[in-house]
Amino acid sequence: MEVKLFELFNCLTLVLIVIIPFLGLRQLAGFCVSVISVQVLIAFILVFLIFQQGTTTFHYPGSVITGILSFKADYLSAWFIALISFTVLTGTFYGVKYLEKYQAALSKLKMHAVSFLLVYTALIDLVVIQNGILFLVAWEIMALAAFVLIIFEWEKKETLKAGINFLIQSHICILLLTLGFIWVKVKTGSFDFSAIVSYTSSHPALGIGLFMVFLTGFAIKAGFVPFHTWLPLAHPAAPAHISGLMSGVIIKIGIFGILRMISLIHANYTLIGYFILGVSVITGIYGVMLAIVQHNLKRLLAYHSIENIGIIGMGIGLGCLGIGMENTTLFLLGFGGALLHTLNHSLFKSLLFFAAGNVYQATHTMNIEALGGMIKKVPHTGYLFLIASLAICGLPPFNGFISEFLIYKGFFNGIETNHFLFTLAMLFSILGLVLIGGLALICFTKAFGVVFLGTMRSNLITEKVETPLTIVPLYAIAFAILLIGVMPFLFSNALFQVTSLFSKNNLFGAVSGISTTLHGSTVIGFISLGFIFFILAVLYLRKRISKNNTLSECETWGCGYIGDIPKAQYTASSFIRTYRKLAEPVLFIKKDKKISETLYPGETSQFTHPYDKAEWWLIDKPLHWYKRLLNRFVFLQNGNIQNYILYGFIFITLVFALPLFISKIMDFINFLNQL
Amino acid sequence: MLSFSIIITVSIFFMGIVVRTKSLASGRKGPGVMQPIKDIIRLLRKGAVFSTTTSYIFRIAPSIYLASILMAILMLPHGNLPGFISFGGDFVMFAYILGMGKFMMIIASLDTGSSFEGMGASREALFSMLIEPAFFIVMGSLALFTGHTSFYDIFSTLHFGSHISYLIGTLAAFVLVFVAMIENSRMPVDDPKTHLELTMIHEVMVLDNSGFDLGMILYATPLKFVMYGTLIANFFIGELPLQWSIPVFFIIQFVFAVTIGIIESFSARFRMSHNPQFIFILTSVSLLIFFGVLLVLGKFI
Repeated sequence: MEVKLFELFNCLTLVLIVIIPFLGLRQLAGFCVSVISVQVLIAFILVFLIFQQGTTTFHYPGSVITGILSFKADYLSAWFIALISFTVLTGTFYGVKYLEKYQAALSKLKMHAVSFLLVYTALIDLVVIQNGILFLVAWEIMALAAFVLIIFEWEKKETLKAGINFLIQSHICILLLTLGFIWVKVKTGSFDFSAIVSYTSSHPALGIGLFMVFLTGFAIKAGFVPFHTWLPLAHPAAPAHISGLMSGVIIKIGIFGILRMISLIHANYTLIGYFILGVSVITGIYGVMLAIVQHNLKRLLAYHSIENIGIIGMGIGLGCLGIGMENTTLFLLGFGGALLHTLNHSLFKSLLFFAAGNVYQATHTMNIEALGGMIKKVPHTGYLFLIASLAICGLPPFNGFISEFLIYKGFFNGIETNHFLFTLAMLFSILGLVLIGGLALICFTKAFGVVFLGTMRSNLITEKVETPLTIVPLYAIAFAILLIGVMPFLFSNALFQVTSLFSKNNLFGAVSGISTTLHGSTVIGFISLGFIFFILAVLYLRKRISKNNTLSECETWGCGYIGDIPKAQYTASSFIRTYRKLAEPVLFIKKDKKISETLYPGETSQFTHPYDKAEWWLIDKPLHWYKRLLNRFVFLQNGNIQNYILYGFIFITLVFALPLFISKIMDFINFLNQL
Repeated sequence: MLSFSIIITVSIFFMGIVVRTKSLASGRKGPGVMQPIKDIIRLLRKGAVFSTTTSYIFRIAPSIYLASILMAILMLPHGNLPGFISFGGDFVMFAYILGMGKFMMIIASLDTGSSFEGMGASREALFSMLIEPAFFIVMGSLALFTGHTSFYDIFSTLHFGSHISYLIGTLAAFVLVFVAMIENSRMPVDDPKTHLELTMIHEVMVLDNSGFDLGMILYATPLKFVMYGTLIANFFIGELPLQWSIPVFFIIQFVFAVTIGIIESFSARFRMSHNPQFIFILTSVSLLIFFGVLLVLGKFI
């Protein structure tokens, strides 16, 4: 049954790709939406079947190179299929409407549709593939298709640059993964994932090295600091539905990769746990610190994805420590929190990007400083953005709180162990998570407050964009956010099933009744529900008591000043000024200031350009030195055809001469040895 | 529920005691103890003026703010009696529910499009972010000390054995007093009596609120004070029977109010740019508590 569904899913993609070139504009949208909806339906049936009937494995005869192609749809696959499919579904419905503005370029839209389908199919395939080579092929298809999606507006130089940056960094990621698979192939002679298990269980010491290779590769995709630099460039460049998809799903495949490797590799997980925890805390804090100072709304959201990857990583790190210390509570809360946060983040981040897309379509700018008062122009979008902001800050009664709570609970449980280093690690992780929460609050009060509230800070003309198609998918996501927020127990069983995959040496066998740990933690859903009713009660009371009071409207109080109020408003830069002063040593902000020096002040201005210190030191600087090095050899490229033929000739001679030369040296050494 | 009802009772007198202490310290007779709550009740009956710039968010924010504080109070235990809501890790939810109210107040002040209110909002967001670690480390230390992760379990099993644990209790009380002061934007970081918009935090955020909403916001202040006061009181009434614990609770709250009055009378407000440093001190004091706990438990290597 599952195999048939899986084959049908892939066939649908192939059929649609073949017929897309022959479609007109009207049919293109219709076909894409209906086929993807059917695929999502198939995917959800798959998820349901897997959670009902357990893991399925199936095989195809492969070639000489690949070996047998095996597939395994387990709980981890099901969890990721579900979260990928939901975001793709809402993204498709939203994207069709979003792309209506680009009707003129039909061929571009067709290319976009093909790539979109390929990304979706590749993602679903990636989570079930159990063969190294096939995994790399699917990974490459996904990376290339995502590249095409990002450079949708390739006429803009910025977009192309961001896209190429993404392409290069994706390939560094693929290179590392290839190295990892080759390592296993050389040692065991098989590309199958089961070879990784058998290899590392017989060489646990080498397992940690293998894990680090895979971790680094997947960390580039997931956007862990310092491999995050492609993320804030690619997200603003892509169209809104693609940004939502990338942030919600594509970077999550990196998280999936890490989790998959944890389920396969046997190694010293205490060490790995400390490492992941450390990197994640830095990732989380660094991501949000940079997010706050951004002026571009989508760039801000992109940096915020890095922060959330940090939170997910903290959960994974905690879970790994749980494996290493054989502590089931830490294990369950860590992996449970990480998995739930992966789902949660895909929901609220896609909602934020879609809402930002509506703002962009209404105003044609993403510059926060130019916006303001959008809640009156796009009210639905405004309130949906608010819900997503509250959720991403981890505030009850929304879903972000549930997953962060699980991780918090894990940390507070872990603090009680007798291990000094471990207690300290827990303490600093708690500190990190608390700081991230507080900084996220600054970030999203700024983003929401400045973009949607107050009055417009510039003279932009806004278009009407809110139609049912642009907001209904958003409401669907908001509903899911609230559902997880108040009824997390619906998911606790599935979470438990997924986390059980990571256990080594039958961690669960010894302790019975462990499934209640996650279920017990979800009691907070009811309290969140109670909180909602409490708020409603206070609002009702307010309405009831002040029923007979006179309500009137007036200008905002400005100390008697009634001049140009929109200009006198607090701006995004001024809102974060105190923070910026405090965080200046860590950040890298270029300031461009013009102050008045004469007695009568003339025109003054100040521009701040936030830049990324990690990008500066790890990418810009090395590139700069590399270029300088290569510049020394520029004389070789003199445009003289005769010279080039000479180079070719020298090269061919060297190719032939070098082995001869080496063999002569070897002979000489042998001769010396014999003496 | 007992805890909730006595907290509400104390909150009625609390600000009156603070104001009275400040008056006496400055050589005035001062208003009656009930005066602040009377002012609030008067506000609750008044009509309201809303800015034309504002949206619906401005109107619902104060209610959510008050609801969040009341919800947080429901989680507080009273000595041997658990709070209305009690579960493992409830202090995380306590902090995050308060965060929800804060978030709404901050965006409500940005909603007015005022040239001043963003100033307060910005500071409120930053300072509450900075103060959060101190609270979490104190709670984390107590969790480590007692081996439990809910308010009720922590306070009902908390007992002082050695000298160092008294020091820990004192330091924790010190941290909580200043957390309460900062959360309410009171003296060392902000002076609610200066009517200059440029130097205020909380007061400038609510410039445009009036009537019922302003009443709710003003009532939130004593509630928040008593909330932190309850945390401090719980350090001391852990095992006492009810007939003793309730009077002790009232006395501690009274002392807490007087302490606030005295701090406010005899200290000057910091320069705004020095506030973060002050708040960092609290975080380091709470780290000291943490290491103290490690020392008591003998977990230090």
